[in-house]
Amino acid sequence: MSVKVSMKVNGKPVSAEVEARTLLVTFIRENLRLTGTHVGCDTAQCGACTVHMNGRAIKSCSIVAMQAEGADILTIEGVANGNGTLHPMQQAFKENHGLQCGFCTPGMVMNALDFAKGHPNPSEKEVRESLEGNLCRCTGYHNIVKSIVAGARAMAASK
Amino acid sequence: MNAPLIGARIQRKEDYRFLTGAGQYTDDISLPNQAHAAFVRSPHAHAVIKKINVEKAKKAPGVLAVYTGADLAAAKVGGLPCGWLITDVNGQPMKEPPHPCLAQGKVRYVGDHVAVVVAATAEQARDAAEQVEVDYEVLLAVVDAAKARAKGASALHDIAPDNTCYVWALGDKAKVDEAFAKAAHVTRLDFVNNRLVPNAIEPRAAIGVYSRADEGYTLYVANQNPHVERLLMTAFVLGLPEHKVRVVAPDVGGGFGSKIYLYAEDVVVTWAARQLNRPVRWTAERSESFLSDAHGRDHVTTAELALDNNGKFLAMRVKTTANLGAYLSTFASCIPTILYATLLAGQYTTPAIYCEVTAVFTNTAPVDAYRGAGRPEATYVVERLVETAARELKIDPADLRRRNFIRNFPYQTPVALQYDTGNYEATLDAALQLGDVENFSSRKEESRKRGKLRGIGYAAYIEACGIAPSAVAGSLGARAGLFEAGEIRVHPTGSVTVFTGSHSHGQGHETSFAQVVADRLGIPIENVDIVHGDTSKVLFGMGTYGSRSIAVGGTAIVKALDKIIAKGKKIAAHLLEASESDIEYDRGEFKVAGTDRKKMFGEIAFAAYVPHNYPHDKLEPGLNENAFYDPSNFTFPAGSYVCEVEVDRDTGQVTIERFTAVDDFGKIINPMIVEGQVHGGLAQGIGQALTEGCHYDESGQLVTGSLMDYCLPRAGDVPSFKIDTRETPCTHNPLGVKGCGEAGAIGAPAAVMNAITDALGVKDLPMPATPQTVWRSLQQKAA
Repeated sequence: MSVKVSMKVNGKPVSAEVEARTLLVTFIRENLRLTGTHVGCDTAQCGACTVHMNGRAIKSCSIVAMQAEGADILTIEGVANGNGTLHPMQQAFKENHGLQCGFCTPGMVMNALDFAKGHPNPSEKEVRESLEGNLCRCTGYHNIVKSIVAGARAMAASK
Repeated sequence: MNAPLIGARIQRKEDYRFLTGAGQYTDDISLPNQAHAAFVRSPHAHAVIKKINVEKAKKAPGVLAVYTGADLAAAKVGGLPCGWLITDVNGQPMKEPPHPCLAQGKVRYVGDHVAVVVAATAEQARDAAEQVEVDYEVLLAVVDAAKARAKGASALHDIAPDNTCYVWALGDKAKVDEAFAKAAHVTRLDFVNNRLVPNAIEPRAAIGVYSRADEGYTLYVANQNPHVERLLMTAFVLGLPEHKVRVVAPDVGGGFGSKIYLYAEDVVVTWAARQLNRPVRWTAERSESFLSDAHGRDHVTTAELALDNNGKFLAMRVKTTANLGAYLSTFASCIPTILYATLLAGQYTTPAIYCEVTAVFTNTAPVDAYRGAGRPEATYVVERLVETAARELKIDPADLRRRNFIRNFPYQTPVALQYDTGNYEATLDAALQLGDVENFSSRKEESRKRGKLRGIGYAAYIEACGIAPSAVAGSLGARAGLFEAGEIRVHPTGSVTVFTGSHSHGQGHETSFAQVVADRLGIPIENVDIVHGDTSKVLFGMGTYGSRSIAVGGTAIVKALDKIIAKGKKIAAHLLEASESDIEYDRGEFKVAGTDRKKMFGEIAFAAYVPHNYPHDKLEPGLNENAFYDPSNFTFPAGSYVCEVEVDRDTGQVTIERFTAVDDFGKIINPMIVEGQVHGGLAQGIGQALTEGCHYDESGQLVTGSLMDYCLPRAGDVPSFKIDTRETPCTHNPLGVKGCGEAGAIGAPAAVMNAITDALGVKDLPMPATPQTVWRSLQQKAA
């Protein structure tokens, strides 16, 4: 069964005919060809597919595209400034070496952006708790934690 | 001249694309007319395939083809080769059973490849794969290494009726037995080095492409060594001319060893692409990764250390059974032998060591190198023994280590390696200080007041990186060279493209290698780009594993740079009307000695490509050099780790309160990147000790088959680390570098387990020390 889905992705209206079972992440990657959102597991554990739906971080592997009908979706491709300069959170990841292979990174950044909204000056413990749903195999989390602390502060300061 | 770049904390060139979603991993590549493959995998650990019915699947919507082992056999597609021949104690070659890409008559582990369905969409391929009907006659399975050789154990392969691949030994047994007979004290431990699943966050993926126009193939694959992949696939499996096959390993989302190997899926999509004349792609689901990626570790070991009255180590005796899984993966055979037993001297002067390894086949996924590969297992043996001996003899564990440290270099160990340099005292001293070991007892007391147990544990590891030289490795059974290649292409306006046979899948080569080149040439780092991972661009490469990239790949680049500079001197001598022997070179400046007359690197590059005023009688135009570098020895990074844990008596929960790591990686190119490598290695080592354990049930079903059952460390499971380095440069490569990729995973498990056993006051505890395991140990002790 195919269905028509329409939503806004990174500020742009998009729509497509997809199979009803199409996951949101598949729609984003395969239909829209926005491949920055990754798939790292099949049990909603790794968080590599994290995007924002209506301003909240969600795992895009855990809902079908239909459930995002009419929603406002933000993916990693929509995070940097229009002129290509990095968002303060992305910049913090770069400055603190918060990424290695880069595969979990988009999900980490999307999750961190949502977290930072409510935590302008987070503690290490709060950051580690916020990463419960995001797995990284490269960094040992040390520099991701540093990045998110720095990024959250930078976001608060730039307000 | 620019500020020195070697040793500088340069932010990574690759980060922008990864942070903006512009990375290009294999599954991100979309090709016109592509088809999708889904593999039918065995649900049984051990079974005879009586019949496969593909008719229903073939008629399913969108299906283009269904292939089974019979199709591959008919097409003369070979099996997967093993790259290292081990010779057993009787001088016989190891048993090398066939390793077909799709099962031939029998399946030998859950997840073994039975058939492949290719369809227009991934969903159609998966749906149709469920329509393939396979009639199995289920056989008894053997999963446990210790039971593989038991009488009556089910045999996997006809050529190995006792499930034994080889029995191999290293060291002087008579000398060791003699030392044990005279020893004042013997410490003995029996342990299991737990099986691990690598779990790079990017699952394996492969896209095969065939072009009738040039009869050429392209394989995009998440892989750590594309040239090796090509060599193995063309020469040993598909019988294709190497020049007609291009292998591209684009951005790769972590490897940790699991993406070194040639896998069945890579071969099948490449072969199928030609049959169907369209690209065929496959991306593993995580559950497929658990079933079919090569696993790591899985040793059962008895180890003994003989000491004299003063705590001097006299001898070590180790007996290990290594589980190789159902088939020999690409480098499986050398991991529990060449990369394990040779490391048993550790940092110590133990004069006699004997190690015997029995490698067995079981009905489990193939086991191969996983971050550290043999060296974590060796370090675990040595460092658990040493710590236990210290406790038994009531000697401070740090002091016992000091009494036995190697202090004179070069040092020939009794297990084949020759350490070129090291300073073990320096890293131990620094670790004790940085870890504030002095005040441990007051922290322990403070924990006690809160009802918690606190323990401290050490590990002083050594690793051998950049396995080499090729001739020696060849004499030990390697079926490949172990050199690396690099090329420097200088452009007319002085910018540089560097081609390296190393492959980055998170290590940051695009930055560290560029630092080396820009530093040597005195040009801005922005003017240097690193190209890797494409056999059509890079001249050759052995790839990245065994912490070899900077020591071997980096040196190949330096050797090519030397040639660039040598040619540059000739051009400069001509331009400056001086004798070549009078030209001095320093980071971008070609100078006539003792004068202020000079030419900059950019001017030389321009002259080489616009050779109007040029020594044509002596030199060719252009500035492009390559080099192959075959090291004369391994490098030997070493370090000391101190772990402090707190244990909750009621729940058995272990928390790592402090983790201190002081490593000696020789010269460091980019400290920021090196620290990141250490952090990641430590987390994997801590994962092995605390959370990760791959478990098959008796019938061979993988019980830990998803991220909900197999516990990768999360951010809350690991602490922030205290790390530092000490530096004794490697003596046999020009950069003085040793490699840093695996250290953390090598040293951490022993440090953590030494800390937990200290906290609990028990001799041993199995890994992973989950709350249940720890709690049980506490109950047993109380009983």
